[in-house]
Amino acid sequence: MQIIVQIILVLAVIFVSLALMRGGSNARHLAIRRIMLVLFTCVAGFSVFFPETLTQLAKFFGIGRGTDLVLYALIVSFLVFMATTYQRFRHLETTFTKLARRIALDEAQRPWVNQSVERSDGR
Amino acid sequence: MPVYNEASVVGSVIRGLLPDFPHVVCVDDGSSDGSQSVAQEAGAVVVQHPVNLGQGAALQTGIEFALSDPELDCIVTFDADGQHRVEDAKAMASRITSGEADVVLGSRFLDDRTQLSLAKRMVLRTAALQSRLSTGLELSDAHNGLRAFNPQTAEKIHLTQNRMAHASELIHQLADIKPKWVEHPVEIIYTDYSRSKGQSLLNSVNIVADLFLR
Repeated sequence: MQIIVQIILVLAVIFVSLALMRGGSNARHLAIRRIMLVLFTCVAGFSVFFPETLTQLAKFFGIGRGTDLVLYALIVSFLVFMATTYQRFRHLETTFTKLARRIALDEAQRPWVNQSVERSDGR
Repeated sequence: MPVYNEASVVGSVIRGLLPDFPHVVCVDDGSSDGSQSVAQEAGAVVVQHPVNLGQGAALQTGIEFALSDPELDCIVTFDADGQHRVEDAKAMASRITSGEADVVLGSRFLDDRTQLSLAKRMVLRTAALQSRLSTGLELSDAHNGLRAFNPQTAEKIHLTQNRMAHASELIHQLADIKPKWVEHPVEIIYTDYSRSKGQSLLNSVNIVADLFLR
């Protein structure tokens, strides 16, 4: 029985992390991430005062101690943080590359332009 | 031709190209060793990235710059470290201008001129097999810097992988564009210089990671 719950839990963790990682930067996903962050903070704070409740919850899931539950949640939120930061970084890099390329192309001399100008001057 | 800190060789590579290819564009990727002026003195047009962006970014800049020339008939990408042969590039360009193909990709595995270490051969073969499985293109060498495009195909290429994963990205885009493509046997000349500048085999780990985390 416990092994089934554990498998389901692992699958849920993977699924939620993937969904949140893939989510990109639209407002709905951002809102979900923020709600999760608030929830996580509340649960963490709550567990300081009522450690038994969390342990009971963990027991119910078949995980063991309440601190383990917090650890798993922490791992998931860390993965999500890593993924969103990576995406934001990639986005920034793309923008930056376009900007640098624009400067490079604008500053470059175009030999064929000069040639045609000389030709039209000659005529 | 993407250039990053190749001042000691880029001049002779350009001088070797100019008799056959009168329009050599060097995209300087923010070199700090004066490659820009060496390339300019050798007779190339230099497009200057203000900061270092990576080889993929430099290739894309070079392609976009070349496309702004209205009389363009063929774009050849060529490595600055002298590992490609001008004869190969010439033969590939003529296959484009004759209309035989839209894209000609260099491959070092179509004949036995190129001398490779076993480990490098294995890595390149695996990379080619991986791109064959994921795109369906029957390529024998996915990571060869010598390529030729006609302008119509080059317009559709938009490389976003700034660093080394651009080679695989290019193959993926070609699979979507579906041009008439052929492979052309080329020889890679491994000098001590290109070996010291070339990618270490460990870098293939970075390439795979870049591709997964798109």
